[in-house]
Amino acid sequence: MTMPFDDDARFADYAHPQRIVGTKWLERHLGSEDLVVVESDEDVLLYEVGHIPSAVKIDWHLDLNDPVTRDYIDGEAFARLMSAKGITRDTTIVVYGDKSNWWAAYAMWVFTLFGHEDVRLLDGGRALWQAEGRAMTRAVESREPTDYPVVDRDDSVERAYLPAVLDFLGGQLVDVRSEPEYTGERTHMPDYPQEGALRGGHIPGAVSVPWAKAANDDGTFRSRAELEQIYLTEQGLDPSEPVVAYCRIGERSAHSWFALKHLLGFEDVRNYDGSWTEWGNLVRVPIVKGAEPGEVAR
Amino acid sequence: MSEQQPNGRSLPPALAQVVEDFNDLEIPDRLQLLLEFSDGLPPLPQRYAEHPELLEPVPECQSPIFLHVEVEGDDGDAVVHLYFSAPPEAPTTRGFAGILHEGLDGLSAAEVLAVPMDFTDHLGLGEAVSMLRLRGMAAMLFRIKRQVQEKMAG
Repeated sequence: MTMPFDDDARFADYAHPQRIVGTKWLERHLGSEDLVVVESDEDVLLYEVGHIPSAVKIDWHLDLNDPVTRDYIDGEAFARLMSAKGITRDTTIVVYGDKSNWWAAYAMWVFTLFGHEDVRLLDGGRALWQAEGRAMTRAVESREPTDYPVVDRDDSVERAYLPAVLDFLGGQLVDVRSEPEYTGERTHMPDYPQEGALRGGHIPGAVSVPWAKAANDDGTFRSRAELEQIYLTEQGLDPSEPVVAYCRIGERSAHSWFALKHLLGFEDVRNYDGSWTEWGNLVRVPIVKGAEPGEVAR
Repeated sequence: MSEQQPNGRSLPPALAQVVEDFNDLEIPDRLQLLLEFSDGLPPLPQRYAEHPELLEPVPECQSPIFLHVEVEGDDGDAVVHLYFSAPPEAPTTRGFAGILHEGLDGLSAAEVLAVPMDFTDHLGLGEAVSMLRLRGMAAMLFRIKRQVQEKMAG
């Protein structure tokens, strides 16, 4: 860990406060050679419209996904990407983005699969930085390529594949999609394309905690006490037991993965990135419709 | 560059020019051109800005966009005008709208209806913004054509 942590009192109660920084901290440390700021958005052109000075762009679709297989890039491609962005293995990465940091959390999660040690999220993301009137630029700085090592991706800890989810039925599954997606009324987000899944509903036993419950209106994360109220008190989730989170393609659940793992300190949180676009298209997997988690057939 | 003409059918000249301009550029520069279209999307005229309910949403786009088509006349020679509204935090969608405005605004209804639905595949934007995101522009074209047909019939 090369950069100091953000010791803002707002973050002190979180389980891993070293994983989050505020806009003030970032503004103060911009330009540090140990720091690379990464913007990761849903809208592929937003970075070009203006970004935090010195930030580099990483696009979830064009940079992090394998162009052929439905999978993430491999260790060699990741090393090339990091090198091109001027990131070394020791660099502190701060990720931010649009949509309350969905895609930033998703990028952070992928970086975690490659074991990049020091990755942090900018609380409030792009919208808060802008709302506070902090500097934005269209200038793109060229960066010296680095010698980033080729590291094999390790999916065993943070990522859940379909067979693991089937074995996990009866465990703590968290569905972070919107309510109409959970009940099966829709197979997509409100106002998003009706596409991607042949069946609607949720995985049996999954509790519904829409991702946005973890966020305040300004896109920052809720306090630890508020998050405990939502996930522990209301849903009865046990932080010492494994959790699998899912959504439609794994981006909104990366946001919840961050909240559960780094803010609440759940020990074993995996993101099921196949999510509903996989489960909702599979032949003969069990599905529950309606507002209740439903029974898991034994 | 005849190999870039979709289905061998010719595009209206303004739209053909846009397709050619994109394909003449290296991939990173195509994103810059899309940004120019995004920046250059004309604002809504007052009569629509004050009545957003007159605009049709395009839910196939990942970001909020609304469009409205005016058709002057009731036959194939009727002149088509396009109006779009999309927020600045959705620049890709604004860029798509800007391309359609540049390529189609002021054409006849028959010309708009004859635009091949797959012209969006020929902009060379697949590698720059991903094919997934380009689906949003095809959906906008679909809705424009439908409004043109409805307004000619009405």
